[in-house]
Amino acid sequence: MSSEQTTTQIYSPIGDTPGSYVREPEDAHPPLDYPPYKSTALRHPTQPLIYLPHTITEITGPALGDARLITPDDANLCAQHEGDPIGERITVSGRVFDTEGKPLRNTLVEVWQANSAGRYRHRWDSWPAPLDPNFSGAGRCVTDDEGHYRFLTIKPGAYPWGNHYNAWRPAHIHFSLMGRAFAQRLVTQMYFPGDPFFPYDPIFNSVADESARERMISRFSIHDTQPDWAAAYEFDIYLRGPGATPFEEAH
Amino acid sequence: MIFATTPSQTVGPYFAIGLPWPEGPHAVDEGTPGAITITGTVYDGAGVVVPDFLLETWQADPEGRFADLHGHGVASELEGFRGFARYGTEDGDGTFEIITVKPGRVAGVGGTDSLQAPHIDVTVMARGMLNRCVTRIYFGDEAQANAEDRALARVPAARRDTLIAEPVDGGYRFDIRLQGPGETVFFAV
Repeated sequence: MSSEQTTTQIYSPIGDTPGSYVREPEDAHPPLDYPPYKSTALRHPTQPLIYLPHTITEITGPALGDARLITPDDANLCAQHEGDPIGERITVSGRVFDTEGKPLRNTLVEVWQANSAGRYRHRWDSWPAPLDPNFSGAGRCVTDDEGHYRFLTIKPGAYPWGNHYNAWRPAHIHFSLMGRAFAQRLVTQMYFPGDPFFPYDPIFNSVADESARERMISRFSIHDTQPDWAAAYEFDIYLRGPGATPFEEAH
Repeated sequence: MIFATTPSQTVGPYFAIGLPWPEGPHAVDEGTPGAITITGTVYDGAGVVVPDFLLETWQADPEGRFADLHGHGVASELEGFRGFARYGTEDGDGTFEIITVKPGRVAGVGGTDSLQAPHIDVTVMARGMLNRCVTRIYFGDEAQANAEDRALARVPAARRDTLIAEPVDGGYRFDIRLQGPGETVFFAV
């Protein structure tokens, strides 16, 4: 038996692909209308969402590994320029699972973030903190067969924004997950443990449930921390898993 | 469901440093026979264009086949077909442009339902949106198929036209209104 046939027996991608995804509780994600975050005011629908049963369009999803021509360097945000970026070098790693605990293989993970001074390399960011010529702040990779991803980067800084008087965003890294189906698409933010800005940030607190907010906070890991090199933070991500259509349809 | 999902957060104002890429708006290769352009403008609740949105689309090819990561159904044989497009250029005018092909009809719920009308699933994200909004593009020149579509049938008749792209030169036009008069229908998926 060839190794290819063995692999096929262990993992059948089609058999592992759900026919429909679980309907999440209403408070699983923040509300679109959330007055403490002022920009939501004119950008949330006021009409009720229409329940859409999952069809093949929702349970399928794109393979973007090729389209984005991912190289191992894309996961190293410290090696995208001539010199080393300034700041605290960290690894950010974890696994992508569905809500059944099954790892999601070969799924695209994209990140973007501010530099160590809290400044984004974006023309609209006017916060007077220095840009770092050696840091762009964007990375991507695909998960391995066990759902693992890993980035090497710089710990981002907190930064002020105009939402309210003395508003600061806690340090965070933006994460974009494609999952394996349109229904699994998720964009979130990873935070760092013990951030003093948590109580005052409406974006973090738009998630009503405390245990749900904790799922956005990474863990420091002394064991994964590499001596004389980089502190380690771990962040596991859970995307919705298989589930039947509920008896009662949301309206 | 054993584990709870990681909550959504906004893409914020600076997603353009990480998410868009030059070929992103192309769901098909340049020069694909039958390629169309879908253009539109995204408006906020004050009727003002939204200059900083991310839009993603996912669809079948003209034969009703997908370019799926995991091989659901019969794979698309259309050369260069990705079926996915991502537009996130912040040129400030609030418009988007997707280069694709018109999708064919695909099976409905459970694969055994009546065929769906040609449609494209759409995700919209932006600063000020704590979660994505999902809508669908249907096509104005598919009146018969649209009349048979079960997802469209769930939408109040008076609002269905917000989901219908109108034929224009070279493709279709599909505007998105996040809020207010003519508010686009968004779906709970």
